[in-house]
Amino acid sequence: MDKMTTILQPDHATIPGVSEPAKSRAARRVHGLSDRTIAWLFVAPTIALLLAINIFPLVWMIRLSFTSLNLSMSYLPLRFVGLDNFSDILNDEDVWFRLQTTAQFVICSVAMQVVIGFGLALLINRQFRGHSFWTTIILLPMMLSPAVVGNFWTLLLQPQIGPFNYLISMFTGVPPSSFSMTGQVALAPWTIVLVDTWMWAPYVMLICLAGLRSIPDYIYEAAEVDRASAWRQFWSITLPMTVPFLMLAVLFRAIENFKMFDMVNLLTSGGPGSTTELVSITLKRAAFEKWRTGYSSALAIILFVAVFGAANIYVKALNKVKQR
Amino acid sequence: MPEPSPAAVRLVLHSSLLKLGFRVLASLRQGALSGLDASTREETDMRTFNWLRSSAATTVLGAALLGIFGGGEAAAQGKQLTLCWAAWDPANALVELGKDFTKQSGIEMKYEFVPWTSYADRFLNELNSHGKLCDLIIGDSQWIGGAAENKWYVKLNDFFDKEHISMDDFVPATVVGYSQWPKNSANYWALPAMADAVGWTYRKDWFSRPDIQSAFKAKYGRDLAPPKTYDELKQIAEFFQGREIDGKKVYGAYIFTERGSEGITMGVTNVLYNYGFSYDNPKKPYQMQGIVNSAEAAKGLEFYKELYKCCTAPGMTNAYMQEGLDAFKSGQVAMQMNWFAFFPGLYKDPNVGGDKIGFFVNPAGPNGHFTQLGGQGISVVATSDRKDDALAYIKWFAQPAVQQKWWQIGGYSALKAVVDAPDFPKSAAFAPQFLESMGIVKDFWAEPSYAQLLLDMQKRVHDYVVADKGTAQQALDLLVKDWTKVFKEQGKQVASQ
Repeated sequence: MDKMTTILQPDHATIPGVSEPAKSRAARRVHGLSDRTIAWLFVAPTIALLLAINIFPLVWMIRLSFTSLNLSMSYLPLRFVGLDNFSDILNDEDVWFRLQTTAQFVICSVAMQVVIGFGLALLINRQFRGHSFWTTIILLPMMLSPAVVGNFWTLLLQPQIGPFNYLISMFTGVPPSSFSMTGQVALAPWTIVLVDTWMWAPYVMLICLAGLRSIPDYIYEAAEVDRASAWRQFWSITLPMTVPFLMLAVLFRAIENFKMFDMVNLLTSGGPGSTTELVSITLKRAAFEKWRTGYSSALAIILFVAVFGAANIYVKALNKVKQR
Repeated sequence: MPEPSPAAVRLVLHSSLLKLGFRVLASLRQGALSGLDASTREETDMRTFNWLRSSAATTVLGAALLGIFGGGEAAAQGKQLTLCWAAWDPANALVELGKDFTKQSGIEMKYEFVPWTSYADRFLNELNSHGKLCDLIIGDSQWIGGAAENKWYVKLNDFFDKEHISMDDFVPATVVGYSQWPKNSANYWALPAMADAVGWTYRKDWFSRPDIQSAFKAKYGRDLAPPKTYDELKQIAEFFQGREIDGKKVYGAYIFTERGSEGITMGVTNVLYNYGFSYDNPKKPYQMQGIVNSAEAAKGLEFYKELYKCCTAPGMTNAYMQEGLDAFKSGQVAMQMNWFAFFPGLYKDPNVGGDKIGFFVNPAGPNGHFTQLGGQGISVVATSDRKDDALAYIKWFAQPAVQQKWWQIGGYSALKAVVDAPDFPKSAAFAPQFLESMGIVKDFWAEPSYAQLLLDMQKRVHDYVVADKGTAQQALDLLVKDWTKVFKEQGKQVASQ
């Protein structure tokens, strides 16, 4: 018992047989570290890293957003410009167009992902032969890197050699090289929605599947007893009980799609013209191609606040749905 | 105060880590020993002490050895230079050429080549952040203003004077384009390294076929020959567009349309210059209203769009150098716009090179005859720790014999002694066109804010040409507005008229 106490409370432990005054300086050094100190020792690197790579840059970015800093002209004196960068952005017609483009992309792709993902989840939720194999196949796209997806879809959609155009041609009779999915103003926005849906619908499926599996069987058994039709069971049991999961999927995908950069950049570079230029591409161009550091810091803050605010409102709505 | 060597720093670091390790071990040991009797604990203490001592000795010895070897590595690095450039055909030639420098000087050459699409992003970021990756950099011509103003490059005037390197020995357009800032002043920040301009290749074998010749003559009443004007080029492109040659559908022309970096700007300017476009009023610097968006310039932009719509292969909505090479090499297009830098490689191509390929200078327009300048100068990076070795490389590279070899193995020398030699026009199939092109080059803005100016033009031109947004006049009016804003931010006086 004594031994146990000593081990659990090393701070107050003394080594028997050694009197206090006889403790040498070296012995005190070896005396050891307290639990709290050891805990700090382990946590400190993480806190230091967080401060160094998250908090400090954030604070620095906020500071820069009030300045005229342009890294391609760093020889010019740094001026404090107050809210000028913010007002420039909010009065810039192009930025509003890019936000509209982004909103359209987010709404269309998330809606398609939810519909397809939920449909796939309903299918996969049933037991059938080759169930695991098909589940793995469906999940493959989301395991790929967006850069890889962007590159190989660029090849698939190439008007002359890409199989996608030939596939469309087989069904419609339109010559394969007569249209370009990534190069035409009418098609390019749908192309990025299509590729994003192909990649991320499986992710929504996984979340929905978790929801479907969480519905207890006895509810369906009771419905069977009440002779509820399959359609009625779906509307009254399946859908309401998976809504919180669907809402979670919408939240995750909407935030991710709002930040979407790599795949779209590889597929269209924001083109043709600026048709598919999402706000993340505008931000990247302002920050790392035009080197307008002050301006891009302000834009990043505006986007952060917008996403954070929207996500908070959404989470509150999600909680209300859960409580029902 | 002398700086501590990397080996010493590493040793101190290892000792500190060792101390920290001992403290943690001691703490753990203290807990474990508390229940033992005094003699056992003493014995355990002794064993632990011996173990720690031997561990410490081993670690310190290891650290010292590591330091020695690390130091050795650092010493070797003193005789190594890193040269940064784009990843393309001439870069391979430069690696080959650099072997002679290593043989002569004993300095190893290391290369950092980045694809063109990320070349500017990558290296401007490196220069902006005062990185030490590059000792030497072959930077794009438009960077020179920013590099000089931001002191990213070492000014080379004193070095040139000391080593008797004269800028009069180089092709004037390359000195202005790659070395001087401010332009046309005797301030040199680079040595012209790779002369380049936009030129055209065509399928000589198709042009010389009797059936094609007669069909062309019947349609246009003239012989089919490399075009001298843009109107002729468009006629030829229309003639070939959709034509079947050897059982394969071919297209008229390949032109630059890339959106992300600089592609469509580097393409459209070849037409705009020849229709009367200028960047500003030569008498009033930065006065762009009525110059950039003149009626003639708008006509030039309309022409580029017509050429894109009538005569390019499908899907060429975001295409630059590599897509052009692919289209030409696969026998898809009759004529290709591209940089001269790629022409040695194309000439050697087994399928479309040799007798099958011909070259012509960028055609003239109704108001002039110019072509877009490409190419780069070589500079010493100001943050390099090996400036003397880097300057030694430039001194070696400037030698006529080295420049001659550079041209022979696939690079483009800008040294007059090489390009003005009597046998130069016969030295390669594209040499006469290159020589002529270097006499009519114009370059994009080289201001420190060039990246903003370039991206604005990319957007406005791509919006009009590829995305069918607005008119040519509106696109250029918006461009003037964008550029005016950029220059005002830079503190320049922009006259409206």
